[in-house]
Amino acid sequence: MNLGLITPVFVIGILTASIRLATPLLLAALGEVFTERSGILNLGLEGIMLMGALTGFLGAYWTGGNLWVGLLFALCTGIVFALLMGFMSITAKVNQVVAGLGITILGGGLSTLLYRLAFGLRSQPPTIKIFPDVPIPLLSKIPLLGQILFTQNILVYAALILTPIAWLILYRTPFGLAVRAVGESPDAVDTRGINVSGMRYLAIMIGGALAGLGGAYLSIGSLGVFWTQMTAGSGFIAIAVVVFSRWDPLRSLLGALVFGFAGALQLSLQTLNAPVPSELLLMLPYVITILVLVGVSRRAEFPAAFAVPYRRGEE
Amino acid sequence: MALETTHDNKTNLKRAWDQLFPALISIVIAVIIGGLLLVANGRDPLAAYLSLWQGAFGSFGRFTETLVKTTPFLILAISVSLSFRCQLWNIGAEGQLMVGAILSTWVALTFVSLPVYLLLPLTFVGGFLGGAIWSGIAGALKAYLNANEVITTSMLNYIAFYLTAYLVNGPMKDPQGFNFPQSPLIESALQLPILVHGTRLNAGFLVALLLVPAAIIFWRSSAGFRTEVVGASRRVAKYAGLNVVSTIVFVSILTGGLAGIAGWGEIFGIQDRLIQNIATGWGSLAIVIALLGELHPLGMVVAAFLFASMVVGGDAMQRNAGVPFALVDVIQGIVILLILARSYFFARRAA
Repeated sequence: MNLGLITPVFVIGILTASIRLATPLLLAALGEVFTERSGILNLGLEGIMLMGALTGFLGAYWTGGNLWVGLLFALCTGIVFALLMGFMSITAKVNQVVAGLGITILGGGLSTLLYRLAFGLRSQPPTIKIFPDVPIPLLSKIPLLGQILFTQNILVYAALILTPIAWLILYRTPFGLAVRAVGESPDAVDTRGINVSGMRYLAIMIGGALAGLGGAYLSIGSLGVFWTQMTAGSGFIAIAVVVFSRWDPLRSLLGALVFGFAGALQLSLQTLNAPVPSELLLMLPYVITILVLVGVSRRAEFPAAFAVPYRRGEE
Repeated sequence: MALETTHDNKTNLKRAWDQLFPALISIVIAVIIGGLLLVANGRDPLAAYLSLWQGAFGSFGRFTETLVKTTPFLILAISVSLSFRCQLWNIGAEGQLMVGAILSTWVALTFVSLPVYLLLPLTFVGGFLGGAIWSGIAGALKAYLNANEVITTSMLNYIAFYLTAYLVNGPMKDPQGFNFPQSPLIESALQLPILVHGTRLNAGFLVALLLVPAAIIFWRSSAGFRTEVVGASRRVAKYAGLNVVSTIVFVSILTGGLAGIAGWGEIFGIQDRLIQNIATGWGSLAIVIALLGELHPLGMVVAAFLFASMVVGGDAMQRNAGVPFALVDVIQGIVILLILARSYFFARRAA
């Protein structure tokens, strides 16, 4: 292991990469905070992210590299899949865990199928140019922080800015109050004349839109390609982030950064030729997810009506 | 479910049909949607499905291949149904299978001097233990620390995958394997007997079939009853004086052990050595099969055979008709959602 490689530049590299790797998790987690606060568990996040990654890529590819079209595609796909999940959980009132697994399996299969139908089997996968880094004037000149925080691409900034916005919406607007209320006591909300199902549909659509964007970040914001199952568990990790965050957007940022850091650490240990086999390093983010989940789960206070379909006039 | 016995034949038949009908409809709708997806992309769905059918049933050899795949699918589905009926949403069958495969291979390669009649049962125990440990981790974390088992079992799948990759590229790598990521071959005396000469159909299939009556007996035993009560309501179970925590751990261990046996069957019946991608996608297949079979052992036999034919046929379809195998994954996802939503649609129709 060459410890001489650990220079300030190297450390900055790890921290910069942490934020990049945290971005898709943060986007998906912010959305899932809304979904879960409204009382729905959307375990289909993984499948929605995969669909977002695919449609984001297709949108950009078909328009000759217009990434904004890609983002729009991913956003809409996320909403469509969220509506499907919403139909299952809110209207049909089925078991949300199994419905989420169904969405994940469907999203994984459909993204692979559509990709293969579009491109066939190629020795070289099609690529697109990703969102470039946009250094923010002045701020990017700050030593250390400028590199880490202010020399990223537009999606990273968007995720970082959305975090306080999500917090404000959730805690400082009537809409946010209504979302939290339908998750805590839907009966009370119903007697107040607020449409419980409507609120839940809105919340899950926000969740789907952001999960779609999170997936698109992978394909058109960071790698420039799509591959089968490229999310590699990100959807489930994002749900762990939400539990970690105790359903608070600001703490979601912290949680996403923990996992981003785990991923970045794993990557950089590989480049340092650490005397640990790469396969074991690749386990690191998944092991950390379990450890973090175990650490926070015992005292986690789920929304009172979590994963309970609402039926009028029932306890 | 479906444990009542004292009814006249007519109602029994009607009940069986009532259970079968939604499942059939789900499959048909999923296949049609899959076909429409192909049409939308300018492919010929009839040619694709014909190729799939021939791949699964086109010859006696293909048919035995379908039975070969039915083996692990049925075992995994029985494994999954055990935890699902306890309302434990274990999605880690794939990882549990891999760890079972690892441990049973390790036993076979390590205690090679033991006589076969001792060593083969020992590898079976190894397979069970491997899966049981892997699932037991998630079960214990759930029971004692309330860690969501969907996330832990999903993470454990990835960890098991990289563990397998590490082992077949490192400590368990075959030194004479031309640098392929695989372990040495197990002793040929340990290979499960072939049932039909010239095919890969082996005694593992019988193990899978034997698990069906075993599962039926389990659900009629007091342990099975406890499992279902804990599944029906943790609170009621507690009031009834059942130990919820130990039941969850027990179910997890049994569930994982069964998945480990599926891994054992793959190694000793098919692969003869540990390889990297032993069970890709089987975890989700197990869930679909379990749900389509209504979590009932007999239902799962039919569902496992059905999806085994789709997987074997899907491979052939990809090779011969150039239609991606992922079509089968799409059908899986749609089937789950339709099976779940059936009560909604059927209730509305009746109303």
